Amino acid sequence: MVILFYVCAVLAVLAALGVVFQRRPVYSALSLIVVLCSLAVIYLLLGAEFLAVIQVIIYAGAIMVLFVLVIMLLNARTESSTDRSRIARWLGAPLIAALLVEIVAVVWKQFPSANTPPAAPLDAGPAAIGQLLFRNYVLPFEVTSLLILVAIMGAVVLAKKQL
Amino acid sequence: MIPLSHYLALSAILFVLGVVGFVFRRNVITIFMCIELMLNAVNLAFIAFSRYLGNLEGQMFVFFVIVVAAAEAAVGLAIIIALYRTRETLSIDELDSMKM
Repeated sequence: MVILFYVCAVLAVLAALGVVFQRRPVYSALSLIVVLCSLAVIYLLLGAEFLAVIQVIIYAGAIMVLFVLVIMLLNARTESSTDRSRIARWLGAPLIAALLVEIVAVVWKQFPSANTPPAAPLDAGPAAIGQLLFRNYVLPFEVTSLLILVAIMGAVVLAKKQL
Repeated sequence: MIPLSHYLALSAILFVLGVVGFVFRRNVITIFMCIELMLNAVNLAFIAFSRYLGNLEGQMFVFFVIVVAAAEAAVGLAIIIALYRTRETLSIDELDSMKM
């Protein structure tokens, strides 16, 4: 269990580096699929079976297929690097390092590794999720269906020949 | 048992990598994928907290985040297709018609 977590964590970070530093969008998309799948394994280790399956089906399946299809359709090649902003070039890396240090520092200060014992394992199967979803979260669920309807119509309208 | 802070550290690293890609990359599609990476980092934090606090509501949030990400991907990629039709480019530097 513990080893599997660290293997998946290292894999996720390496693949995320691939997403960020690959020059070709297709390679970035394939690396992102590796990130999503290793995160799904970590969700399984955390006892979230339903979300692990959803992650693989919806994210690694549906959404990434959409991405790969658009990359293919638009024939996206290696991106050309431009050098427009001097400030971004010299200030970007230190600022991002500062952001990482800040997040990790807050996490370490708030949750020292020793004294956070996990709660008892939850039942996070589809039945428990469904109970919670259709009892306490019915209104957000319905609003979500409306959101998806609007998104479908928006996608169809935007992708039409004449905008 | 793995301490909660390790999950949160992994989440932080993935989020920051997403920010790096968002800031440094020039291709619109890659930038979009970096946004997905950031959303996934947040999802990991939600699920880790849900497990360690013994509360299922964190997983509900992840469920809704995934739904919103799906809607966002559909609309965003449609916008990218429309942009490519009119401008014939995917570089964020060329897509600056709203710049003052």
